Amino acid sequence: MKRLMAVVWESWLPILLVVLWLVLSARSASFYFPPLASILERLGEEWFFDGIVENLVPSLLRILVGFGLALVVGIVVGVVLGLLPRFEEAIRPLLEFLRSTPGVALLPIATLFLGIGDGMKVFMIALASMWPILLNTIDGVRSVEPVLLRVASSYRLSLKHRIRYIYVPHSAPQIFAGARLSLAIAAVVMVVTEMIGSPGGIGYFILDSQRTFNILNMWSGIVMLGVLGYLLNFGFRLVEAHILDWHIKKNS
Amino acid sequence: MTTTPTPTVGKATGPNDALLVVENLGKSFGGHEVLGGINVTVRAGEFMCIVGPSGAGKTTLLQCLSGLTAPTTGAVTLRGERVTEPPAEMAIVFQDYSRSLMPWLSVLDNVALPLRSAKIGKAERTEKAMAALTEVGLKDHVHKYPWQLSGGMQQRVAIARALAYAPSIVLMDEPFASVDAQTRADLEDLTLNVKRHLGITILLVTHDIDEAVYLADRVLVMGKKPTVVVDLVETHLGPHRDQIATKATREFAELRSRVYKQIRRDDLTNSAGSIAAVG
Repeated sequence: MKRLMAVVWESWLPILLVVLWLVLSARSASFYFPPLASILERLGEEWFFDGIVENLVPSLLRILVGFGLALVVGIVVGVVLGLLPRFEEAIRPLLEFLRSTPGVALLPIATLFLGIGDGMKVFMIALASMWPILLNTIDGVRSVEPVLLRVASSYRLSLKHRIRYIYVPHSAPQIFAGARLSLAIAAVVMVVTEMIGSPGGIGYFILDSQRTFNILNMWSGIVMLGVLGYLLNFGFRLVEAHILDWHIKKNS
Repeated sequence: MTTTPTPTVGKATGPNDALLVVENLGKSFGGHEVLGGINVTVRAGEFMCIVGPSGAGKTTLLQCLSGLTAPTTGAVTLRGERVTEPPAEMAIVFQDYSRSLMPWLSVLDNVALPLRSAKIGKAERTEKAMAALTEVGLKDHVHKYPWQLSGGMQQRVAIARALAYAPSIVLMDEPFASVDAQTRADLEDLTLNVKRHLGITILLVTHDIDEAVYLADRVLVMGKKPTVVVDLVETHLGPHRDQIATKATREFAELRSRVYKQIRRDDLTNSAGSIAAVG
């Protein structure tokens, strides 16, 4: 019952907005703003299931691989820099500079060296979305309770076990906060790189539909993008709830 | 009491042999002297309490003894070997249980973690951790997170972690300072029982004179900064002690006032409040 109430409480606004869109657009004669009913009809025809195989799956794979790389590199480099404060101080200006450069600004260079294929797209997603994870990991590792470090020393914990059982779990809440932001960045970069790249992918589909004046297709692609974003976020929350179980319970 | 020291052969140490030897230990922080040349010998199998006024550098002393901090002068040796890093046969129980346990690990995993680094297999780790948790009366709470337990139970987890490590000596830094009076008495008795049962050596730092006398075979009394040893008192209260009966004996009262006088003489200005409170 409590669960049901929570679901109702979470979904009443989206449902209301969709219904409003449905009703208000029902008689629309505008070429650019077709009725939602037509968009949904096109969504069914275009995406189930050819479009999913042709465009959704490639997008999903790119963002998962890119974001996964960002996670691995961000956490590994973050732990190393967090453990080496002197070194981190020395390269912090460089980190800040790289971080402040909008990821997509490197797109021309990336296409020059890596082409317009999957390699470039995954690279760009990983590079642009790595920063919040990296910086939050550094902060997390820095803020480990000094008493715990004394415990680790007095019980002669190996460096590997200190990282695995102290530094990383302590930083996990912060890493997840960064990763949530990273996931949003990854989605943006995914769409942008697909728009300039080779065929295949939701971004490509949306831009291609717009260029060929297939406005219904374009809208259906945008809706699919929303669905993809929602699913990614949902999956992210499942993983977070599982890994941060202790943190969520402790703070509730 | 036999006072002739028997020579130690290899790692074997009999009861009353010197286990931890502290020679002329001094520690300064930036020219500010905290410890001013401490000499003491902890015997194998004894319960020694270090008592002194707040801010006497007791924690600093413990950190030097455990190898967590390097002393400025002098040396600490454990079984004749100089302590430069935390030794494998020494375990520490810290004052702040809420911060010394990993909130993301279950009680069992907290206790078993040091054994993992000691390269002990999973089955044996679990077995040792369970035995230690049973020893402190927590075998029904092993799958909880530490913060789901009361303060006293959390400190018992920390004690179990020390026991599972199978040390020959346990250092305890004000271990019962942050629990209520009843829990404190329970933990004191638990510590005495565990020590008697396992035959380990315990070195406990406290600012509470009653606690020091109640627990210890010998009480090391420290003065103000720069801290030196003011007195070393043998208690002779026997292995079995009782919170009410033992504390009602004349010996206990005499020991307590002897230690009080030593601290008072050295700390007339600072501890007037605490003397009034307990005296």
